[in-house]
Amino acid sequence: MSVRVALHSPRGSRSFLERGLLLLVMLIFLEGTVLTLGAASSPDISAQDNTGGGDDQRGIEGRHGHANYTKKAFPVLSLDYRHIHVPFEISLWVLLASLMKLGFHLIPRLSSIVPESCLLIVVGLLVGGLIKLAGEEVPPVLDSNLFFLCLLPPIILDAGYFLPIRPFMENIGTILMFAVVGTLWNAFFVGGLLYAVCQIEGTYLSQVELLPCLLFGSIISAVDPVAVLAVFEEIHINELLHILVFGESLLNDAVTVVLYHLFEEYSDAGEVTPMDVVLGVICFLIVSLGGIAVGTIYGILAAFTSRFTSHTRVIEPLFVFVYSYMAYLSAEMFHLSGIMALIACGAVMRPYVEANISHKSHTTVKYFLKMWSSVSETLIFIFLGVATVAGPHAWNWTFVSVTVILCLVSRVIGVVGLTFIINKFRIVKLTTKDQFIVAYGGLRGAIAFSLGYLLDKDLFPMRTMFLTAIITEIFFTVFVQGMTIKPLVDLLAVKKKQEAKRSINEEIHTQFLDHLLTGIEDICGHYGHHHWKDKLNRFNKKYIKKCLIAGERYKEPQLIAFYHKMEFKQAIELVESGGGVKLPSAMPSQVSMQNIQPKKLPPAVAERALPQFTKGREEEIRKILRSNLQKTRQRLRSYNRHTLVADPFEDGWNDFILKKQRMIELEKKMSNYLTVPAAPPDSPTMCRARLASDPNAFYNIKASSDGVPTIQVDLASPQSPDSVNMLNEFSKRGATDQGLGQREGADRDEDQGLMMKPSSAGIEEKGEEGGGNKNPGLMRCLSDPGPSNEDEEDEPFLP
Amino acid sequence: MGASQSAGTEHEFQDLADRTGFSLEQIGNINKRFRQLTNNEETLSREDLASIPALDNNPIRAQIINAFFDKRNLHQNETGTVQEIGFEEFLLVMTHFRPAAMGLTEEERENLRREKLRFLFNMHDTDSDGTITLEEYRWVVEELLSKAGIIGQETAKAIADAAMLEVAGTTRGKMEPDEFYEGITFENFLQILKTFDIETRMHVRFLNMDTATLRCGKSK
Repeated sequence: MSVRVALHSPRGSRSFLERGLLLLVMLIFLEGTVLTLGAASSPDISAQDNTGGGDDQRGIEGRHGHANYTKKAFPVLSLDYRHIHVPFEISLWVLLASLMKLGFHLIPRLSSIVPESCLLIVVGLLVGGLIKLAGEEVPPVLDSNLFFLCLLPPIILDAGYFLPIRPFMENIGTILMFAVVGTLWNAFFVGGLLYAVCQIEGTYLSQVELLPCLLFGSIISAVDPVAVLAVFEEIHINELLHILVFGESLLNDAVTVVLYHLFEEYSDAGEVTPMDVVLGVICFLIVSLGGIAVGTIYGILAAFTSRFTSHTRVIEPLFVFVYSYMAYLSAEMFHLSGIMALIACGAVMRPYVEANISHKSHTTVKYFLKMWSSVSETLIFIFLGVATVAGPHAWNWTFVSVTVILCLVSRVIGVVGLTFIINKFRIVKLTTKDQFIVAYGGLRGAIAFSLGYLLDKDLFPMRTMFLTAIITEIFFTVFVQGMTIKPLVDLLAVKKKQEAKRSINEEIHTQFLDHLLTGIEDICGHYGHHHWKDKLNRFNKKYIKKCLIAGERYKEPQLIAFYHKMEFKQAIELVESGGGVKLPSAMPSQVSMQNIQPKKLPPAVAERALPQFTKGREEEIRKILRSNLQKTRQRLRSYNRHTLVADPFEDGWNDFILKKQRMIELEKKMSNYLTVPAAPPDSPTMCRARLASDPNAFYNIKASSDGVPTIQVDLASPQSPDSVNMLNEFSKRGATDQGLGQREGADRDEDQGLMMKPSSAGIEEKGEEGGGNKNPGLMRCLSDPGPSNEDEEDEPFLP
Repeated sequence: MGASQSAGTEHEFQDLADRTGFSLEQIGNINKRFRQLTNNEETLSREDLASIPALDNNPIRAQIINAFFDKRNLHQNETGTVQEIGFEEFLLVMTHFRPAAMGLTEEERENLRREKLRFLFNMHDTDSDGTITLEEYRWVVEELLSKAGIIGQETAKAIADAAMLEVAGTTRGKMEPDEFYEGITFENFLQILKTFDIETRMHVRFLNMDTATLRCGKSK
C-alpha cells in the first residue's frame, strides 16, 4: 500500500497525508458519535430506555391514548433502534476496527514507526473519551465472556492452523521450559516481591495479603499471544526467535489457568498447604494434556469428516471452523486449557484436511481465518483503550511502578537463567542477542486484563488497583517495548527472516538427510531423535493417513506431494500473472529440458508433447486451467446460492482477456515443472497430439490459413460497463497488440467456448510489450493483496 | 586396508580422539558398537551392516552402506571402494556427523559445511567423476521414492528433471538451446544448498549414546 502513496510526487503525498489524517479524525468522530448514540440506548443504562426509540411511538400513542381504541394513523415510517441495537452496535465496532486498519495504512510513515497495536489502543482511548465526554457511560466492552468466547478463539485458531510444525517441534523442549518454568518463576517472583513491598510501612498497602499478590503475579506474568503476534509480525525476525516467543505465549496458558484457579480458590481460605501444591501440579498436567487431548480428538474428527466432503465442497471450510470452535468450547467447559486445545486441533487436522479439501476451500479457510483473526486483534486493542477510559481506576504509585519494574526484571533474570540451562542441551545455542530479544519480546496483553476483570469484587477488594496496574503494565509493554523493539532489532543486527522460497532441491535433500541420519542412528544402535520421528512417520503413513485421507492420495509420499504443489503453483502462476519477462523467480526457465537432456535422438514429437505426470494430476491441472479460462454460459441465468459457478466475468473483461493472452504464452513457455516443450506451436503434429491427449480439449485448433492471430470470444453476456471501457482501451492501444485487437470481430458461437489460435512467435514479443506497459488498472484486478504469502502454505503435510 | 586394530587400548583411543575430535567416552561407545556389529572381529564388511534389521525400512539403505566403504570419505585422495573397513575408518565416517561446536570462526564453520556437503555429494556421485549427472540424480530420487510404489516411479523422473533444471537455472542462468549442462559440480552443489544450514542439521547426538541404549544390531 505504501508503494501506491510513494508513487505520487512529494507534494501530492503531503496533501494525501493531510487528507488521510483528516479522514482518520473524521472517522473517529463519526464513529464516536454513533457509538455514543448506541451507548445511550443500550440496555445497560437503565435510566434511559426511552430516548432513542420511544419518541415516535409515544408521540403517536399520546395523541390517541385515551381510554377507548381510536383509529390511529398508519405509521408509515418509524424508528425502532431498540429492536436492532445489539447487532448494530457490534457491527459498528467491527466497522470502526476495520476502518481504522484501513486508515493506518494510508499513512505509511506512521505505521512504520508505531506498531499498529499502539495506534489501535490510542483510537480506543479516543473513542472511549468521546463517549465519556458525551456524558454517557462507557459500555463494558471488554467483558470477559465476550473476550474469551468470541474475540480470542479466531486469533488462536489462526495461529494454530498455520503453526510451522517443524521448527515448533524441533524447539519444543526450549519452548516448554520457557512456558512452564519461566512463567512459574515470573509469577512467584513478582507476587512474592510485591507482597514484600506491600508489607513495607508507609505504602498504605498492608492489607494486601500474600495470596492475592501471588494471584496478581500469576495474572501478569503470562506472555500474551495476541500482543506478541501483533508486534512480532511487523519486525520479521528469524524463525527461531519468533517460534520461541510465540510458542511460549501459547503454551503458558495452561500454567496461567492452573495458577489462577489455584490462588483464586484458596485466597479466602488464606493459605495454601503442600497438599494443594501437589494437587496443583496434578491439575496442571490434567489441564494441559487434557486440553491437547480434546483438541486432538476434534482434529481427527474434522479430518475424518473432510474425507467425505468431495460432493459438497461448499461447506468444507465450515467444518474446519466449527470443529475447532467446539474443541475450544469443550475444553473451556472442563476448565482445561482452551488455547492448547485449539492449537492441537488446528495442527492435527491440517495435514489431512488439506489433502482432502479442494483448492478453493483451502483458500477460503485461509482467508477467513486471516480475516477473523485480524478483526479480532484490532477489536481487542481498541477495547483495551476503551476499557482504560471506562475505569474504574485506583492509582497507587508504589504498586504500579513496582509491578512494572519487577515484571521487567523477573523476565530478564528468568530468560537468562533458563537459557543457561537450556544451552547445555541445545545444538544451536541461544546467543546473548537471542536472549535479549526473547526477554524483550515478552509482551503482556488483553488476556491479563480479562483475567483481572474476572476477579470477584467482594473477595478481592483491591481489584481496581490490580486492574490499574495490569493496564499500566500492558501499556508499558505494548507502547514502550513494542515501539522500540524494531529499532533495537535493527541496531543489534539480529538475523531477520529469510525469504527463502522452498526449492525442490532443498526438499529432496531434507528428505535425504532425514533418511541418512535415521540410518546412521540405526547403525550406531542408538534410539535417537530421528529414529522416533521415522517411526512416527511410518505409523502415520500406514494407519492414520489411510483412515483420514480420501481416495488414493494417502499413498502419496511427501516429496511427491511437494512436487505436485509446486506444479500447481506454477500452473496457476503462469495462467494468472506470468507472461514474458515477468515470470516469478520460481521459474528461472531460461534453461530448458534440452539443456539438461544428454544428446540423444529427440523422442517423437507426439510423445514429448504429453506432460509427464499421471493422468489424475493431468486432469486436475487442466481443470484448474480450464476453470480459470473457460467462459461459462450459465451466468446470470440461474443464480443459486448453493452452487459455485465458475465465473470469469466476475472479474471483468480485463483479466479475462489477459488470461487468454497468457494462455497463448503457456504454449511456448517451458517450465521446470510443466515439461511442456516449446516446439513450434503451429506444427500440426503437435496440435493434433495435444488434442488427442485431452478429450475435453477446451481449445479448438483449426489450421488457420491466415497468419493473423485471432481470438474469438463468446459475447453471450455483455454486461459490465467495464467491458466497454476495456474494449475502448484496447482499441486505443491498437496496432501494437495484434492478438488483442481482433477481439471485436467476435461472433456468437454457442458450441465453442473459446477459440484460440496459437499464434506465431511474433505475438510473444508483442505480448511482452503489452504486458510491460499494461494498465495499472488491470494489475489491480489481477493482483491479490490478500494475506501475506507466507511459506506456511508451502509446508509439506507432515515434517 | 585399514590399520589393524587390537582391542582398543587407551593409547590408541587417545590418538584417535586427538585426530577425530571425539571424546574418549564417545570413542569407547562407538568401539563397543563396532564390536557388536562385527561379532568381535577386526573388520567390518558390508554384510555386517546389511544385517541390521532397522535399516530395512530405509529407502536409501544401499547408499548409506556404500558410504562407509567409499574411499573418498575415508580422507584418502583415491576413488573407489573397499571391501572391509577397520575401526578407525568407521570412526572417520562418523566424524562427518558430529555437531558443530560453539564458537567456531567463520572459516571453521565454512570448512565444516564443506566437509559435510562433500559427504553428501559423494553419496550422490556414484561414479566418482566429480559431477552428479542427470542419471545419477534420477537414481537418487528414485531411491528416495522406492518405498512409494508405482506412483513413486512415475514421478521420480519428473522430479529429478525439475530439480536438475533448477540447479542449472540457478548456477548457469540463461543457456542457449544447444548448450549442455553436464551435471552438478561440487561448487554448484554448495551453491544450491547455501540456505540449507547443514552444519546444524547433519548431526547425530553422540552425547546421549551410552551402552544402555545400544541394541544388538544383528537379526537372530
